[in-house]
Amino acid sequence: MKGLVGLEVHGAGNLPARDPFLLVANHDSHLDTLVLLSLFPLGRLGRIRPVAAADYWLSSPLKRFAASACLNVLPVVRGARAGDDPLAPLSAALARGESLILFPEGTRGEPEVLERFKTGAARLALAHPEVPLVPVYLAGSGRSLPRGTALFVPLVVRVAIGEPLALSGTPREATARLEEAVRALGREVVPEAAGEAR
Amino acid sequence: MTPLPAPLLVPVALVAGILVVATAAWGLLKLLRPQADFTELGLRIRSWWVMATVFLAVVLVSQTGALVLWAVVCFWALREFFSLVPGRWEDRSALLLAYLAIPVQFLWIGTGWYGMFIIFIPVYLFLMVPFALILTGEPKGFTASASRIHWGLMTFVFGLSHAAFLLELPERPGFAAGPRGLLLYLVLLGQLNDVLQYVTGKTLGRHRITPVISPKKTWEGFLGGVLLTTPLAVLLRFLTPLSPLQAAGAGLLISVFGFVGDVVVSAVKRDVGVKDSSSAIPGHGGVLDRIDSLCYAAPLFFHYVRYLCY
Repeated sequence: MKGLVGLEVHGAGNLPARDPFLLVANHDSHLDTLVLLSLFPLGRLGRIRPVAAADYWLSSPLKRFAASACLNVLPVVRGARAGDDPLAPLSAALARGESLILFPEGTRGEPEVLERFKTGAARLALAHPEVPLVPVYLAGSGRSLPRGTALFVPLVVRVAIGEPLALSGTPREATARLEEAVRALGREVVPEAAGEAR
Repeated sequence: MTPLPAPLLVPVALVAGILVVATAAWGLLKLLRPQADFTELGLRIRSWWVMATVFLAVVLVSQTGALVLWAVVCFWALREFFSLVPGRWEDRSALLLAYLAIPVQFLWIGTGWYGMFIIFIPVYLFLMVPFALILTGEPKGFTASASRIHWGLMTFVFGLSHAAFLLELPERPGFAAGPRGLLLYLVLLGQLNDVLQYVTGKTLGRHRITPVISPKKTWEGFLGGVLLTTPLAVLLRFLTPLSPLQAAGAGLLISVFGFVGDVVVSAVKRDVGVKDSSSAIPGHGGVLDRIDSLCYAAPLFFHYVRYLCY
């Protein structure tokens, strides 16, 4: 991963040494999951599960194979009907001691643009205050392999890992707090994105 | 594997000696001033150990290995440059083309095809990068993208790869060190010049030489590097087929234009507003921070030697 893509990791010491944890990152590229998984030792990968949209990842046999066999994905239903709790399988995974990687933008969206966060990640964190919540910002993956193309161009991906975050208040407030934490990390690693370029 | 000619052992011993002294000095500093922080210096010296060991081992043991290593260095440098400067979404296929030029350029080097090596990027890639860019159908920003990509290719692939072509120069009767000597001579003097400029600048530096682009560089540091590197170039001339006077000229070329390369890469970093080009090499910064001087010194030294001796 490092040889081809070029990883630049800031704050690696903030990565939780034990499972379970919740890792929340912005999402621009299929590379994001691979980059985040590559930060952990191989032996732990069985217990670290990227949470991904069931409607996309289970839509074809090839994607289903990649999701379940290679990435150990935990599928979640987007736009669940009222009455169903889409977070229940995630809570169960945490209870089993599995860590989760969440992309609360809900989609890769426009590359290198931080979309508004959905509230699921914050809800999950509020329900499990004992599980460390780590905000992460990824920059450059959207240039390297954006949505809608298979043309991979090696470029340096910068990863900023923040200190564990404690959330409180309503899901809406907690979501805003989480989004701001990820945004702040972004300003740290990509000053030009925050309009501070000299 | 051919037996190692005696002259090649001198640079190895010299590098090992310098690193041992530097490591000992660092240990002593830590003991004498326990309150000061020498972590950065320690990281820097450790990275030097790794880079010097890998480079010397590969260059001395295998010519193919040395070409592959140098191709990887070019790739890292170009990737760091492309990641640093702004780019358009439409540039992506042209960037891929630029990366693919690296193995091809090293194929020409590996087969010793000088004519192709010397025109491949300046002629063929120069024409094909804009071609790849127009295929996207987006003219807005075309000129800037074409310029940026070609400048990156010329500086970090074409320029740097000249160091590798030194290995393909023919053996000469009476020149014991052989082509590997030339490569070690260039890289050793280039890197020593960086260190000597830094050390003299840090201790004696008063007058800024490029106040806006690189405020820490001083006339004292620049001249210190030139005045120390040039005699070293004469002393180490047994690694080259050069006469003493010609070796002095090579020393001047490497130190003066090493400095220029350093400032040119600083201008890129200043342009986009960063201090280090990345954090790829602990204690040093990015790959570009380490090879910037060679981007200028390598092609100039290569053509100097080729004109005079081959």
